[in-house]
Amino acid sequence: MGKEENRSIIKTKGYKLTLIAFLIVLSLVLTVLSVCTGKMSFTIAESIKAIFVADDSGARLIVWNVRLPRVLSGGLVGICLALSGCILQGVMRNHLASPSTIGVTSGASFVGYITLVAFPSLSYLLPVGTIIGAFATTMAIYTMAYDKGVSPIKMILSGMAVSAVFGACNDIIKLMFAENIANATGFLVGSLNGVSWKNFMMILPYAVVGILFCFLLPSKMNILMLGDEMANSLGLQTEKFRFLLVVVSSLLSGAAISVSGMISFVGLIIPHTARLLVGSDYKYLFPTSVFLGYSLVTLCDMIGRIILPIGEMSVSVVLSFIGAPFFLYLLRTKKNMGDK
Amino acid sequence: MYLGFKDISVCYGKKEIISHVTLEFEKGKTTTIIGSNGCGKTSLLKTISRAVHPAEGQVILEDKAISSYKPKELAKKIAYLPQVHYSPSDIDIYTLISYGRYPYHKFGKGLTKTDTDIIEQTISLTGLEHLQHRSLDKLSGGERQRAWIAMTLCQQPEILILDEPITYLDIGHQVDILELIREIGKKLNITIVMVLHDINLAARYSDIIYSINNKKVYACGTPQQVITHEIMGDVFHIDAQIYNDNRNNCPFMIAEKQSSNQ
Repeated sequence: MGKEENRSIIKTKGYKLTLIAFLIVLSLVLTVLSVCTGKMSFTIAESIKAIFVADDSGARLIVWNVRLPRVLSGGLVGICLALSGCILQGVMRNHLASPSTIGVTSGASFVGYITLVAFPSLSYLLPVGTIIGAFATTMAIYTMAYDKGVSPIKMILSGMAVSAVFGACNDIIKLMFAENIANATGFLVGSLNGVSWKNFMMILPYAVVGILFCFLLPSKMNILMLGDEMANSLGLQTEKFRFLLVVVSSLLSGAAISVSGMISFVGLIIPHTARLLVGSDYKYLFPTSVFLGYSLVTLCDMIGRIILPIGEMSVSVVLSFIGAPFFLYLLRTKKNMGDK
Repeated sequence: MYLGFKDISVCYGKKEIISHVTLEFEKGKTTTIIGSNGCGKTSLLKTISRAVHPAEGQVILEDKAISSYKPKELAKKIAYLPQVHYSPSDIDIYTLISYGRYPYHKFGKGLTKTDTDIIEQTISLTGLEHLQHRSLDKLSGGERQRAWIAMTLCQQPEILILDEPITYLDIGHQVDILELIREIGKKLNITIVMVLHDINLAARYSDIIYSINNKKVYACGTPQQVITHEIMGDVFHIDAQIYNDNRNNCPFMIAEKQSSNQ
């Protein structure tokens, strides 16, 4: 009798790997579909040809120069935010942690604005600014709220406080230096509209470093989940490791925020959904989050582009419509948000 | 010195809770530390696991300060089981136990054949074969504690430190876990150091008892030497009647409130 009961609780390795394979296929399919659809539609064959063959056709112009960089950047942003959320939830031992809930998004944006205002001609410095901002905010929240895991109340409250302060600062900057920041549109409103290869290449190095780091971390993450005392006595230097995690998570969230600004909820929803799907082993949690994050942002951006008869809805708006109800659902169903 | 404290002081905030304690744990023996709530016995243990840093003095392992060991080297010698455990609720027992191999983990490699052999031996030693694919949150308190002990055994330690290993268990599971600890201690020749609150169980399952009182080691010795009317009176402020448990050849006591004129 015990056996069947167990099977439903513990997902087998085969199941997890199949699921990850499915998500990879889903990501590819969504990429192709996303490139095909929009105000001007192409067939799948036309789009694929436009991606791989450089010619003067209109398809190549739109698909290669406009849509593909946008789709890939969006996907990359999704990956970064999802991984960053995964790491933060581990570091804080708290399933409500994510770049948006703890105020990292606004902190990073604030330093991003400062960078734009101070060095208007050096736009490639933007990700550096947002990464520094993300790091400073994460460290601040962590030191304010950490005591054997971050209590949900402390974390959310300090996150709200930080968001409020930086949000206000951001508004002031937007008013006072409107022209300096006018050309960083995506960063301002959480949209992927107008994102080009330039933006993609700008965050790619940071994102790649961050993502590669994530794939070195799973076994240590799993040990960290046993609590600091246990992890310490197993030979993991928890203080150093936590610091590394905060750095990697800031690198990822900072890079993502510099392209798409306030794109909330991805960092919260994806790690949660991934946990529901494959359980809490980081070996599977990281890859699942990567492809779920990619798929979700790509899908939401595609919906945003085609849902309105004229113009488009920004990806952050679509995400909020999906994300907010999900957030409420989590708050209602999960009684114990601390990881015990 | 094999394992022990050399002139150690521990502070909690600014308050000193252990003051200049020197003591040694005997190799291969089971030593239990007793004392009233908040007397610093858990903090003392945590200095061994390096979760608490002593304000003064050192923890010594094989004549060297433990701070001179690499964390993973130390983890192969000393295993520590805290009182409160944290873990994701959905992991299965086998996975949990396998985490005990972390100190032997080589970068970028999974579990080796040696690892899986040791994990399986430990599972059978702790009698968890039938539960190894269950998830941790579906087990009873006693079974869960067994699994955690199995995890620490996978570290192949010479020394096992247990902080109140039976606190949340019913009496049946308390005895069950202490029997397991005694058995593995003998079988694997592990030095065991633990903190217990139950004086009678401490008396039955320990070779040596240290009693902590007023920041210092107040008494130490065999259960017969430490579990006495006077010492219990001084440490716990109780009127203890001491009897002898002939079957287990150890003292046992019945505690009563001290009358006020004493």
